[in-house]
Amino acid sequence: MAETVKLTIDGKEVVAPKGMNLIEAAKLVGIEVPHYCYHPKLTIAGNCRMCLVDTGMPKLDKDKKPELGPDGKPVIMFAPKLAIGCNTTVAEGMVVHTRTPKVQKAREGVMEFLLINHPLDCPICDQAGECRLQEFSVDYGKGESRFVEEKVHKPKQTKLNAKITLDDERCILCSRCIRFMKEVAGQDCLGFVNRGSYSTLTCYPGQEPKTNYDLNIVDICPVGALTQTDFRFEQRVWFLKETKSVCPNCSTGCNTVLWSREGVVYRQTPRDNDAVNQCWMCDYGRLNFKFINDPTRLTSPSVKSAVYGERVNLTWLEATRQITGKLKAAGTIAGIASGRATTEELFLFKKLVGDLVDIVPHTGEADGKLLQADRNPNTAGAKLTGCATGKLPEILEGIKAGKVKTLIVLGEDLDEELAKKLELLVVIDTLPTKATEHANYVLPGTTFAEKRGTFINGKNRLQRFNAAIPPVGIARPEWQTLTALLGASYAAIEDVFADMARTLPALAGLNLSKIGDLGVELKIEQPAVQPVSQAAEAVAK
Amino acid sequence: MQVQRPKLTFWERTYIPQILKGMWITIRHLPMKKFTRMYPEEKPKLLGDYRGAPTLVKDPEGRVKCVSCQLCEFVCPPKAIRITPGFRADQAFDSNVEKEPKEFEIDMLRCIYCGYCEEVCPEEAIFLKNDFAITGYKREELRFNKQKLLELGGVQPDSIWKWKYKGAPPPGTPIGPVRDGKPVEKKAAGH
Amino acid sequence: MMLELLGHLIKIAAVIGVMLGFVAYTVMLERWACAWMQDRIGPNRVGPFGVLQPLADGLKFIFKEDVLPHHVNKVYFCIAPVVTMIPGLIAMAVIPWGSNLPIAGHVIKGVIADLNVGILFIFAISSLGVYGIVLAGWASNSKYPFLGGIRSSAQMISYEVCLGLSVVPVFMQAGSLNLMKVVEYQAAHTWLVLCQPLSFFIFLVSAFAETNRTPFDLPEAEQELVGGYHTEYSSMKFAMFFLGEYAAMFVQSALMVTLFFGGWSLPFAPFNAPATELWVGAVQIGVFLAKVVCFLFLFIWVRWTIPRFRYDQLMALGWKIFIPLTIVNILLVAVVLALVAK
Repeated sequence: MAETVKLTIDGKEVVAPKGMNLIEAAKLVGIEVPHYCYHPKLTIAGNCRMCLVDTGMPKLDKDKKPELGPDGKPVIMFAPKLAIGCNTTVAEGMVVHTRTPKVQKAREGVMEFLLINHPLDCPICDQAGECRLQEFSVDYGKGESRFVEEKVHKPKQTKLNAKITLDDERCILCSRCIRFMKEVAGQDCLGFVNRGSYSTLTCYPGQEPKTNYDLNIVDICPVGALTQTDFRFEQRVWFLKETKSVCPNCSTGCNTVLWSREGVVYRQTPRDNDAVNQCWMCDYGRLNFKFINDPTRLTSPSVKSAVYGERVNLTWLEATRQITGKLKAAGTIAGIASGRATTEELFLFKKLVGDLVDIVPHTGEADGKLLQADRNPNTAGAKLTGCATGKLPEILEGIKAGKVKTLIVLGEDLDEELAKKLELLVVIDTLPTKATEHANYVLPGTTFAEKRGTFINGKNRLQRFNAAIPPVGIARPEWQTLTALLGASYAAIEDVFADMARTLPALAGLNLSKIGDLGVELKIEQPAVQPVSQAAEAVAK
Repeated sequence: MQVQRPKLTFWERTYIPQILKGMWITIRHLPMKKFTRMYPEEKPKLLGDYRGAPTLVKDPEGRVKCVSCQLCEFVCPPKAIRITPGFRADQAFDSNVEKEPKEFEIDMLRCIYCGYCEEVCPEEAIFLKNDFAITGYKREELRFNKQKLLELGGVQPDSIWKWKYKGAPPPGTPIGPVRDGKPVEKKAAGH
Repeated sequence: MMLELLGHLIKIAAVIGVMLGFVAYTVMLERWACAWMQDRIGPNRVGPFGVLQPLADGLKFIFKEDVLPHHVNKVYFCIAPVVTMIPGLIAMAVIPWGSNLPIAGHVIKGVIADLNVGILFIFAISSLGVYGIVLAGWASNSKYPFLGGIRSSAQMISYEVCLGLSVVPVFMQAGSLNLMKVVEYQAAHTWLVLCQPLSFFIFLVSAFAETNRTPFDLPEAEQELVGGYHTEYSSMKFAMFFLGEYAAMFVQSALMVTLFFGGWSLPFAPFNAPATELWVGAVQIGVFLAKVVCFLFLFIWVRWTIPRFRYDQLMALGWKIFIPLTIVNILLVAVVLALVAK
């Protein structure tokens, strides 16, 4: 246990670890100290001056003992000037005031200066609604400007790079983005030019941010200076519903928030989870959600009709009846599952198909930070449920040789030649592929934004995600489809998980609500599928 | 509670005097002055702050004042407003405004003429005008789109000229101290 | 014989035509009068001063969708408006519109059927009107019409008694049940309203109740029963109830004119005796109609002045006050007549 010190913030006793700054210490007792430049995961710049607080230390007598006043309490000597909370560390016996008139007045002064050259673009600014400047204007703003001179004009609507739009007039020069690029993303490419009122954020000559983590500077920008180009003018944030989710694009499983309105997901942002992604996520994962609202999504069960020679839509009842009948009559059933399916779905898939089952590996290049080589978010889940068996070559050979005549595919594609050799091909997927084209039966599935479920990431962490939007058409979550094909009676995803927790020792005693928003580490005996990368640590350094 | 009933005389109990009195009152009104307004010919005089149909206005230089901040959509109690935000054209004279509604729909069947949209608008782009007889033969006709709303709104005199003087300077303008539109020369050292 | 029949047919056509015209314009008058009493203008859009409004109303009724709710008893539902409408028209057969119309040597009587039991005929026929309303209430198979129908039957049966008893003294004095004779008696002597004011008063009030007009319009009380017995009706079927009500008003007005206000006569020559010249006959018809219009206006005037009675007040008034009063009145008149005869 680290050494702790006792101090008083706004009359509340706080026990904080030594070395903690006052903003964090105040947070421990639920007191918010307003700040712009300070970010817990970045170095301290101390340039916004918003977090000014009044600090005092006990007066010491000759023996270096706190001198007691007439009321028996230590006499506090307050500093003549206010101190910035972000760069002042806690000390034994310290007394901090964050809401006195003196502090209030100082912050009002800071706010007034910050707003002098701010263009007040709020009506056309994408940050409006989640802008720190707006929020603190309410608390410390004057509501009017004493500044009658013309404001300084700086470049507007400029492209920092293809993904990010920069509006220099809105910038309050907090330097969070500069520090992020240097310290976390690892590309020192941003800086300020000119001085005084004309200070301007810009790239180093001939450079632009080109890492896989650039968009995080949009998240940490406290104002609307940096905005995401592909979210620009799409929706106001106050219309968007926030749904806690998990990024399905690699085995890190970054915790995310999906921002949706009326069945459309507009953006994906990282969610704090120090055990997984801290508060960052990679641009690859962040931007890879557009398939959710793809117009070609499969919306209805269908059968390749021998009579009409084309696809005919079916009801779920009819599709289930026909498929279960044919599966019963079939001999060996093989299954190809996806590492992008949820643990619950894989569990049911294994039950439905039996032993001849495997997942398709998807790999890419790991970047040593958050992005993993294993691009399946749930490879560990597939291992756990027995879906990842390494039998994929065997299955494909079997199809080629004509030994495997019945195949169920969950969210993966299949070669045209192979598909044609099968007698019965059932495909559960969200988007049309070669496999759905040749499948006898196509059952529409849902994306991660439309269902609930769990992923187990590369570090064997079980994480839960929620449905942000309703499914398209009459598509329904895969677990429901698989339940129907099994003839099982799970009424809700909780029932599937409960059954899974009974069957799999690693999940014993767990249920969906126990997982919580941040997930739980599983104790799995077998080695993890991929060597666990030191993702979070790498990012933190 | 016990209500004390007044004691009625015999004639009062027959109701006859009261009935006759009532009939006298009604008959007296036959020749009196009539208050009917002959509506379609004779329009009502609307007061200045009358809240009729909401409309979109342009400023005297022809900019669409709305920047699709969607506050009206947010504040609208019956959710009659639907805005699709969009960009101003790159080379247009008003490109410094950046944002403009691609589509702006008010469902006049839903609108309750509360005027919140006018009140909330930070750009003074939406005004409730005097049109009160909003009719149509189809529901679609009463979904006023951006074009229709701008036609109804017309031009509104602008005392602030916010966007005329605001926004990005023309490309190539140096960053740094500017006075009267020209960059200020750096003073020689030691001056 | 043929000529006589033709004459009768023409007379019937004329009476029905004039009466329906009056009914239509009574509606008009009602809308105007109520507007004026409320300081409004009233209908003024169709034709000059809105005089063609009844035509527009009629057209509207004809072209409106005729809704036949699925829960009604279809046969009775369709018959009911007719049953309400017809008695009003039939009752007019015995009411003398004028004395005579001497045309080209022929004397045409101012009444379609000069029955010697005219008043009985009228009571017999007009009491059929309640059937229509009860039928409508019952066949609608819906609670508000049903309540309206029930109220209506109780009300009309109660006031039928008052109505019948109240006119007994009139016939005791006139000495005949033939309405033509009653009018001729008044023409020769004096208007019976002067001799029988109590009879007239009770008859007047009962007439309001019989026609379901305010303050006795409980069967269709909008505030309580939506529309009463005609809630489920639309289009021409509704219009027939509407016309039936105004036709009944016309009949009651005509009856009051005939029984108490000298019918077609005026109290001076040459109008105080059956006409021997065509113009006198024509004027007498006009006089009769003018008197009827006055009563129609009275009906309207009262409607836009007085609020509705409570149901118990209505019944109490009929059974506890009017019936004893009429009986006393009959006895008194009998005594007086006996004394005068001596």
